[in-house]
Formats: sequence, structure tokens, C-alpha cells
Amino acid sequence: MPDGVVNIVVVGLGGQGVLKASDILAEAAFAAGLDVKKAEVHGMSQRGGSVRSDVRFGREVLSPMVPAGRAHFLLALEDSQVEVNREVLGEDAAVLRPGQIDISKLNSPRSLNIAMLGLLSAHLDLPVEHFVAAVRANLPPAAHGANLAAFEYGRSLK
Amino acid sequence: MFGIWDLGFGIFPVTFSSMSEPDRKLLSGNEAIACAALDAGVALGAGYPGTPSTEILEVFSSLGGYAQWSPNEKVALEVALGAAFAGARAVATMKHVGLNVAADPLFTAAYTGVTGALVVVSADDPGLASSQNEQDNRRYAVAAGLPMLEPADSQEAYDFTAAAIEISERWSIPVLLRVTTRVCHSKTIVQRRTLNRPAAAPHYERDVQGRVMIPTYARLAHRRLRAKLAAIAQWSETAELNKVYSPGSPGGELGIITSGISTMHAREAAPAAAVLKLGMTYPLAVGKIARFARSVKRCLVIEEGDPYLAESIRAAGIAVDAQPEMYRFGELSVERVARILANDRSAEPQPAKGKPPQLCVGCPHRLTFETLRDLGCVVAGDIGCYTLGVLPPFEAMDTCVCMGASISVGLGLRHVLGEEQARRVVSVIGDSTFVHSGITGLVEMVYNPPATGHVVIILDNGTTAMTGLQEHPATGRRLDHGPAAQLSIEALAKAVGVPCVAVIDPISQRDRLRGLLEESLANGRLNVIIIRRPCPLAAKRIRQVQPGQS
Ligand SMILES: Cc1ncc(C[n+]2csc(CCOP(=O)(O)OP(=O)(O)O)c2C)c(N)n1
Ligand code: SF4
Repeated sequence: MPDGVVNIVVVGLGGQGVLKASDILAEAAFAAGLDVKKAEVHGMSQRGGSVRSDVRFGREVLSPMVPAGRAHFLLALEDSQVEVNREVLGEDAAVLRPGQIDISKLNSPRSLNIAMLGLLSAHLDLPVEHFVAAVRANLPPAAHGANLAAFEYGRSLK
Repeated sequence: MFGIWDLGFGIFPVTFSSMSEPDRKLLSGNEAIACAALDAGVALGAGYPGTPSTEILEVFSSLGGYAQWSPNEKVALEVALGAAFAGARAVATMKHVGLNVAADPLFTAAYTGVTGALVVVSADDPGLASSQNEQDNRRYAVAAGLPMLEPADSQEAYDFTAAAIEISERWSIPVLLRVTTRVCHSKTIVQRRTLNRPAAAPHYERDVQGRVMIPTYARLAHRRLRAKLAAIAQWSETAELNKVYSPGSPGGELGIITSGISTMHAREAAPAAAVLKLGMTYPLAVGKIARFARSVKRCLVIEEGDPYLAESIRAAGIAVDAQPEMYRFGELSVERVARILANDRSAEPQPAKGKPPQLCVGCPHRLTFETLRDLGCVVAGDIGCYTLGVLPPFEAMDTCVCMGASISVGLGLRHVLGEEQARRVVSVIGDSTFVHSGITGLVEMVYNPPATGHVVIILDNGTTAMTGLQEHPATGRRLDHGPAAQLSIEALAKAVGVPCVAVIDPISQRDRLRGLLEESLANGRLNVIIIRRPCPLAAKRIRQVQPGQS
């Protein structure tokens, strides 16, 4: 990455687990020993509105928000939110969409966020064990099995 | 990375924890403030929920601190002030508009000062992510005469909370900690520290002249306050709270003076510029600012919100450039700071509109707004989830100003409108908002009744849903969801003298609501209709924390 900072934007609608996915991603980067910042706006997310969360990591991160035109990855849990966030995409940015996941392969459709995160993780230079640990740390034990399977499935798709 | 303790003024010695790994965490600014409050021995945290401040007390409580929701911000600040009079360390938290509600005690607490420590957290919301205005509470520091600290990330949120406690104790003065949405809700790495200065055991020392603000004593207190501020301004000149980042050699082209989150945007947008980051934005370290301004060829102030720094620095006789007026509106960002640096005044690209939030499917507020719409009511509204009743498909709200205004604004409308219109005016308020600032409106209604009577609807969904499902006095549960005495809204309405009080369930008594509202609008009397049905999200949360209760 040109400036040494990886910029990822996770988008979706309230209730889809955007914030959970970005929390796990940020923790995986943190565990890898990098500087990490994560930004989002709370408040309306529980009522189905657009949600966006920015995760940046590298040697030193300053602003917590990904500047327009600088995202390397847009992880969209909902197709309609790609267009809304198009301005954030950098040249050659990868857009990961829910269509890349076969929902029937998941134990629960609610694991879409974690499956997408698995897909993203395959593009990132972060040790997989940090993702696994972060999934465990951020979800209740009863949900570990289904979500770790979803993560593995997503990761296998690249 | 290192806090103000490196300064060595020595009253707050710090040791870095040996177990550094587990103590380094990715935390939001709010979590960091809560951790600092705990680590610094804060005995009491009081507040009223409000985005983006809410999580501070929730996390402080979950870590084992004593935290409480008060009915509103004024009460919370007064409770915290009492604790600080007794020598304890106390924190009061609120969103920016909450400080308006708490402004009365704030201004005079500046005079009385404190014995322990009092930190007032003001969480501002530039860009209005979830607020009714974007007021800049740096102005309160000046108006009340209180020191203000502004952290830029979670590490500083942690360090500055501890510093605020220290300053408060050292000068016996309440301190304002101003955070903004992006500091509260961004996560960055925090190193917790061992703060080696145990709090004194609370104990009351009588100090009548210092605590009883009759004019004779308050005149003296005002002079004491100004003397404290002068001493703090002096201290601020060398405090590490105000930091210079100088990437190049001294005498560079561009210098930027900034504070809070804007520092991060500015340093990213202008990596070659020297940056003076003001951690204490009141009182200002004028000498340090002057030296910095002289050290660069061009000195520009970059700030989110009002041109507070630019105006104050110019008023001190220091020549600086200010950003164009158009950047006063909304949040700053790396892109916007780049535009400011390029003096770009062209129209900014409008961000694509996302999907707006809506009342949840199954929300108990829905029926009320369908009914108000169908009856063509003039709705004096209020703030909460139910403000979404203004949007399609309801479009059933006509005014929304501040918490509690629904009842009083509705009364004002009723007093002056012609009879036909007056009879259609309804005030709509949520349960948490009613307890916060609707009760006095109800007293007003009984004391000064409009000729046509009035109808107040209280939407009792058993929670403060808007800000993330907090408890309040009428839920019968405390901040940590443990049991508390429950305020009865209907008993209160009757006690203040409202003649017609009805309670209705919008689900099981669905068909009765329209008729009840029509009768109330027609009867010319004073009516309170309590529409009671728990928010399904809150009910689920309560089942999780308290199996067996709903
Ligand atoms: C002075 C002030 N404090 C806090 C807030 C934040 N806030 C907005 S609405 C609200 C209360 C919402 O609760 P309620 O009235 O019960 O309505 P609900 O959201 O549950 O429908 C709060 C705390 C505010 N806008 N103004
Ligand atoms: S959170 Fe509760 S009160 Fe708010 S819109 Fe949803 S159901 Fe209604």
C-alpha cells in the first residue's frame, strides 16, 4: 500500500453486523502488532439505516476515517450500500459483495458478516489465528462454531 | 503516547504497568474515559444518556464503578458536585445539549469550586450524527470560566481524564472534558496506567463562604475563580497537554494550530506542516501560541465547529489565518482539511444519501403516529425514537426543538390559535423525555390551562430507546438494570392535578386508541394519555440480563 496504511470500509444496514465485523477486523490487526484506528457513527444503527465503519491499520494511523478515494477494500454486507459509498473507493479498490457468499453454505444467514470477513481476510496480510481469536472474543460461545465455520468458508473462496 | 505526567510537576506520579500486553487495548474514547475514571479512583459517575456520551457510564459501571442515570443532566451535575464537595472524585457525563440543561449549576460551581475533583464530560456532535444541533461547547468553558481539555484519540481520552481530575484537585475547580463523536466512538490503542495517587476518603469540611453563593460570598468567589484561571493559564504555557509536532526544521513554511480530532486530520493532510495541538483549549497558552505563530511563515487555525480558537487567538493580538466560513458546518476530515489548506471555497461534493433509519417493524410508536396522521392533528413533538414519526409514511410531527418542549410548545400553540386549530394540537413525548423535562410542562398545563384544554400523549415504551435502551426512573431499574423504586407516570399526572388520565396498550387495545384520542380532543379538558407497551428490543435486553422479568 502506497502510504503504508491499509484502509477498509465495511458497510451495510442496521442489524447486519457491520460493527461486529469491523471490531473483529480491527482486533485482528491490533493483535498483529499494528497501529489501528476504527471509526463509525452510532445512534441510528438499530433502526435499519445505513451503517458504515472504517478500519485503518499500518505503522502509524492518524485520522480514524478513511478519506475519499483512499479505500483499498469495500466490504458490503448489502449491495445497495456500494453505490452510496462509491466515493470512498481508491483506484484498484476491491469491492466484496454479499453475492460472493452462498448463503445456503452457512449454518445461519446471520453469519454473513463473518463469512464476508473470511473472504476479506484472504486478501490481507494478517495471520489467520488473530481473526479466529477475535471472532471468539467478540461473539458468545454458543455462536463460535457457526461463525468460525462461516469464516473458514469465506476465506476459502478467494 | 506519553501523558502529561512526564512533565514532572509531580503530584500525580505514574508507573507503567509491568503487564503491558494485557493493559494495551483497542478502546473507544468512551471506554477509555471509563477506564481512566476507574483507574483514577472516581467514586461516583452521574449522567443522562445522550449520543455520543452514553457508553462512558455504562462501561464505568460494568467495570465495577458506581454509576447512575439521573433524571436529567442538571440533576446529574448537581449530584456529582455534591460528591466533589465531600472530597470525592466525581464525573458527570452528557451530550453537548445536555450541558445546556446543566448550565445553571455549571456556572456557579465554577465559583464554589470543589474539594475533591469534578470532571464534566461534554460530548459534542459536530455534523449532527445524532443530535438536534451542532453547538460548540468550547464556548461554555469561556462563558463559565472553567478549564477545558480536548483529547484527540482514545489514549488521550484516558490520559486527559486523569489529567482533568488532577487539575480539578490541584486548583479546586470543576474541569470540562470536551470530546466529539469521532473521539467517543472511534477505537484506537490505549495503554492503561497505574495512577498512583489514591483518592482521599470523603469527609465534609464546612466552608460557608466558599459554598453558599449569596451575593457577598459570590463576589469574592468570582475573584477567586479568575485568580485560579490565571494560574492555570500560566501552568498551561509549559504543560505537555499542548504539544508541538514539527516534522521539518524550525522556521518552516506552514504552521497549523488545532485541537481534538482535527489534529489527526491536519497531520495526515499536511505531513510537512508544524502543528501546535492544544490539549487545553481554555484557558489558552497564549505565550506558547504566540511563539509558535512567530516560528512559521504562515500560521493557520484549523478547527471543527465555531471559529473559537481563531477568534480567541486573534483577540490576543496574534496574527493567524482562519479557515473559510463554509468549514464551520459539519465534521472535518482529511479531505476537508486538504481543501482548507488549498483555500478551496468551491462547493463540496454532496455525499450520496444512505438509507435513513425508520421506526422498527413492530415498534409500539407506530400506531400513535398513524392515528395522529389520520386525525390531522397538529403535533408538538419531542426527541426520541418517536421523532421518526416526522418521516413518511407518518409525517405526523410539526415541531421538535429540545427535550421536554413538546408539552410547553403545545400549550403555547393552544393559547393563541383560533379554536378550530387549537383543538387539534397534541403534545407527544416519550417516557424518558417526560421524566427528563416534561414534568414541569405538565405542571404548567394545570397552572395555566388553555381555553380549549389540551392533550398530552406519553409514549411509555419502558426505556430510553433512542440512545441504546437505557433505564430511567419510570422503568423501575437502575443503570445496571438492577431493581429500583419505580416512578408511576399516571400517579404523577394525577398528583399534579390532571383531571383526565388514561393508560392504553397500543397492541392489545389497538382499536380503542383512535376513539380515545377523538374524545380527548373534543372534551375541552386537560388530558394525559399514556400509551404503554415495551419497546421489543428493550424487552429482549431485559430478558437477557434479568431472566424472569420483562
Ligand atoms: C438535553 C438532552 N439530553 C439528551 C439527549 C439525547 N436524547 C435524545 S432523545 C432521548 C430520550 C429518548 O427516550 P424516550 O423519550 O423514552 O423515547 P424513545 O427513544 O424510547 O422512544 C435522549 C436521551 C438530548 N437530545 N437532549
Ligand atoms: S428501538 Fe424500540 S422504540 Fe425505537 S424504533 Fe425500534 S422498536 Fe421503536
